[in-house]
Amino acid sequence: MSQTIEETLVAKRESKKKSLVVYLTGGLDEHFEATVEEVSASGADVIEIGIPFSDPVMDGPTIQRANDMALTSGTTPISILDRVKQIESSTPLAVMTYYNIAASMGVERFASLLARSGVSGCILPDLPLEEVEPWANAADKEEVETILLAAPTASDERLSIICKRSRGFIYGVGLLGVTGVRQELASSAIEISARLKKVTKLPVLVGVGIGTPDQAVEASRVSDGVVVGSAIVERMLEGGGPERVGALVQEFRTALDETTF
Amino acid sequence: MSLGEINGLRDPDESGRFGEFGGRFVPETLIPACLDLEKSFKEAWADKAFRSRLDQLLSEYAGRPSPLTECPNLSKELGCRVLLKREDLNHTGSHKINNVLGQALLAQRMGKTRLLAETGAGQHGVATATAAALLGMECCVYMGEVDIERQKLNVFRMRLLGAEVRTALSGSRTLKDAINEAMRDWVATVEESHYCLGSVMGPHPYPWMVRTFHEVLGKEAREQSEERLGTVPDLVVACVGGGSNAIGIFSGFADSEAELVGVEPSGGAAVGRGVPGVVHGSRSFLLQDEFGQVLEAESISAGLDYPGVGPEHSHLADSGRARYESVTDEEVIEAFQLLSRMEGIIPALEPAHAIAWVSRERKSLEGKTVLINLSGRGDKDVGQMMKVLEVDDEK
Repeated sequence: MSQTIEETLVAKRESKKKSLVVYLTGGLDEHFEATVEEVSASGADVIEIGIPFSDPVMDGPTIQRANDMALTSGTTPISILDRVKQIESSTPLAVMTYYNIAASMGVERFASLLARSGVSGCILPDLPLEEVEPWANAADKEEVETILLAAPTASDERLSIICKRSRGFIYGVGLLGVTGVRQELASSAIEISARLKKVTKLPVLVGVGIGTPDQAVEASRVSDGVVVGSAIVERMLEGGGPERVGALVQEFRTALDETTF
Repeated sequence: MSLGEINGLRDPDESGRFGEFGGRFVPETLIPACLDLEKSFKEAWADKAFRSRLDQLLSEYAGRPSPLTECPNLSKELGCRVLLKREDLNHTGSHKINNVLGQALLAQRMGKTRLLAETGAGQHGVATATAAALLGMECCVYMGEVDIERQKLNVFRMRLLGAEVRTALSGSRTLKDAINEAMRDWVATVEESHYCLGSVMGPHPYPWMVRTFHEVLGKEAREQSEERLGTVPDLVVACVGGGSNAIGIFSGFADSEAELVGVEPSGGAAVGRGVPGVVHGSRSFLLQDEFGQVLEAESISAGLDYPGVGPEHSHLADSGRARYESVTDEEVIEAFQLLSRMEGIIPALEPAHAIAWVSRERKSLEGKTVLINLSGRGDKDVGQMMKVLEVDDEK
């Protein structure tokens, strides 16, 4: 097996670079595999593949729309993972979906399926610390990294406990709200990064509300990097094909690489 | 038929579970709010001043206690003795006000300034808008586009009461999607907003807290039954969407010999046709496909048009203490007219499900005493029913 997500992101940090995690909706169209490969070639450090769920309460309008389109076209968790398996990419992959997708399959089976599909990590945004054990234990056994979210509403003590259970990286929620592009970067994105850096050695990445290269740079002043989702999915929905998506990823990559932090 | 273990309803465990159902499956952003709500609710419930303020509002503002009404004509027609718990006579027209007054007072005590709610039929939305007006709070209600169309009267009532009604345009554009939108709003506004959830569902402590606020109706019904019948009825029947009115009345009889029956719409029979799953904060029976995608329910009644059910109902079904049956839209339309004609009481389409089941099962209920929770009045449904019945007339 290639490098884990954590190893990849720690190596990035040690090389004094910022990490870029790119989210894209799985099975959105026939270009799915090509898009993943293009995003990988354009400089993403980790690629998060969204498995659409019927009721995505943590997602804003853009990802909801992509979700609905993928579901309407007949995409299933199995069909996405089958396609993921075929993808030639040296970039570690994570899956982001909602807990019922894993629960309905059974957590052991889901963890094993991810591992067999070449997926290194998993994010389940509606599975908080209090409920995570059954899943996280199953994932640990399969060496699938369970990436937990840490939100601005948590106490320092809670942040510290969440960081201890998280694998791969800690996903700092940049603002109070659901996924989506915002006009300006919320000050909470900087604050949550700073609070997390104080309590953990895990890579700290901030996501939700990071929509432009400038915002990515701004948020990375304190964090080890960013997760970019809706902006990428918006580009996918515009239908310009994998190259156009890759070009946007490249813009984020360049902005992060050319800034002195 | 076995009644399962005869006990009063139990409180959930530390993790918010009733048996293996319940829990707290919401985004991390909301967990501190859920923990805070649990703590505040426990404190408030133990506080005499809070309880007496709530009791006062329930009696002087909402009109409690609601009466128990004997149905002589319907009883004669069906061959069993039918009694109705008249939650339709509460202020705002349904049982929903019990929970809303409790939550609104609690929200105010917690320093929240905005009430956020989802609504299906609009009864919970109207109740929330009412409490917000009374307590001087801001109010925002999410409602599916389909429900806005079929429950226009309630949309107008909410606006009249000063609430903002926002349209949920995603998915099936009904209650399920209104909940999604309300949760997304809550994730963004958790510091100032209290999510005033309208049923015994959602993450812990909601299923337990909402039940507790509705126990008042079960307690009254038990006392009224003992007084009227000298005992408990043979059966206690209530409709179940999320299941708040049912849990309210079941709570008064769970420790008795009365048989408890929840009636679901056939197009939204989560207990009857679902399998355990996780959505909207808890693990419970759920209509879903083989991959865990939540299915869309389909019911004539906007208030029951929901693919899930409160976790405690799943537990009651699992333990055998309550049983869950379903009726079709056609049977509901029939029952809606039956009660209106027989007793001069126009029921909401939701409790018309309970009446429909009793009417259908009349043979097996012969000679028995049946208590039905008439959870709401039908004024809100007459527009929709006018269309349904006129179409029928033309056939």
